[in-house]
Amino acid sequence: MNEWAIIWANLILILAIVFAFSAMLSWIERRLLGLWQDRYGPNRVGPFGVLQIVADSIKLLTKEDWIPPFADRAVFVLAPAIVAVTTLLAFAVVPIAPGIGVVDLNIGLLFFLAMSSLGVYSIVLGGWASNSKYSLLGGLRAAAQMLSYEVFMGLALMGVVMLADSFNLRDIVAAQENLWFCVPQILGLATFAVAGIAEARRLPFDLPESENELVAGFHTEYSSMKFGLFFIGEYVGITLISAMIVTLFFGGWLGPLLPPLVWFLLKTFIVVACFVLLRAALPRPRYDQLMAYGWKVMLPVTLVNLLITGAVVLSTA
Amino acid sequence: MEATFYLSGAVAVAATLMVITRASAVHALLYLIVSLLAVAIIFFVLGAPFVAALEVIIYAGAVMVLFVFVIMMLNLGKAAAVKEREWLSPGMWVGPSILSALLLAELIYILVQNVQDMQGAYGGAPISSGVVVDSKEVGIALFGPYLLGVELASLLLLAGLVGACHLGWHTEPRFGSHSASRSDGAGS
Repeated sequence: MNEWAIIWANLILILAIVFAFSAMLSWIERRLLGLWQDRYGPNRVGPFGVLQIVADSIKLLTKEDWIPPFADRAVFVLAPAIVAVTTLLAFAVVPIAPGIGVVDLNIGLLFFLAMSSLGVYSIVLGGWASNSKYSLLGGLRAAAQMLSYEVFMGLALMGVVMLADSFNLRDIVAAQENLWFCVPQILGLATFAVAGIAEARRLPFDLPESENELVAGFHTEYSSMKFGLFFIGEYVGITLISAMIVTLFFGGWLGPLLPPLVWFLLKTFIVVACFVLLRAALPRPRYDQLMAYGWKVMLPVTLVNLLITGAVVLSTA
Repeated sequence: MEATFYLSGAVAVAATLMVITRASAVHALLYLIVSLLAVAIIFFVLGAPFVAALEVIIYAGAVMVLFVFVIMMLNLGKAAAVKEREWLSPGMWVGPSILSALLLAELIYILVQNVQDMQGAYGGAPISSGVVVDSKEVGIALFGPYLLGVELASLLLLAGLVGACHLGWHTEPRFGSHSASRSDGAGS
């Protein structure tokens, strides 16, 4: 009975915190962007504009929830739900601190990869079901981009798996007791971070929705809370990728003095801030540049990383 | 465990039935994805978590995305769905149905035989043996007794890669016949 209570408390609290943090992220992002671009950002609603998200959600909820008559109704409604479900499901395997986390799965890392590969459908189907040219182009770009970047996203993590000798995320964190994997796996970290940004469709890799040529890309036809789900899904995706980078390369909850939970949250927040800084700093590449970069630069780098890691593991074993 | 097996099995069968009866290609593909996910859960319940994860990552998450991608490029509209519905007339079902019914009968016969054998041998339920095959064991098996199979598969993949590379190779300049664009053409 007590065990079940702990599991449920874990589950509900993590869900609530992930959702609240992802929602707040829209405000954090705009304020940070403002800071780096020497302006204020939203500072009107509540102290420092903290309640901006409340105003935004009231606005989204009261807008007309319009389904275009030319759209494929069932798929159009289904698409935004997929991204929210897959990103939240992937959070189930993230080890937040000792004793805090939803499940301790032996194939945790593979589960994360599986969920992030299913997330593509949300964008692709949303683009297709809208039955408009801009959305379709956005969907096509998303399919090609996310498939290409998924290939070396998985490969980039195999170096970590080799060093930790496990797919279990808790074992991977435990294996970083002496040295965080960001040191021996610096190439893996670099490639995984790039792939992560592409998977979360963040600038500079937000080509599926690049607003200056495709209106709003795959979600051009979406309005109200259906658009809101895409929006929240993107922020949950950023939080997820940041949490995974922290878990796999920066020792998860490990750290001196402060309690493990605080360390995990602090590190995750720093990585999220780096994501926002990237958005403020980098322009968007052309589409063919994006694909060429993925296949001709990132994939060879991950393979070299695997080769080196494999050689080192073999020679020290 | 047994209930989850039968439930996901039923989902897989129902979804696969929907795949072959849908007139719209994208809807059929969506049901196929559901069917693959159900099969992944069956693998997980049977004690093969590694295969289950690969089923989702490779089949549901990569191969099917490519299928959806191609179908989207074809841009089949309502007209194609109407035509498809005409083709799916009851008369069309007779031949394939008889053949698949025969196969199904055969499969059920073999399964029943198997169950009786298993009950004779172990006296227990044949579905969940309770043994979980770890990813490490899969790896050891693949690079131990089945090394030849892995190498053959990699040869096949290499052949596919070379073929795709050949098909995608630009033999003539990409941007018309301007001499200026020749210098940056990929591989001409």
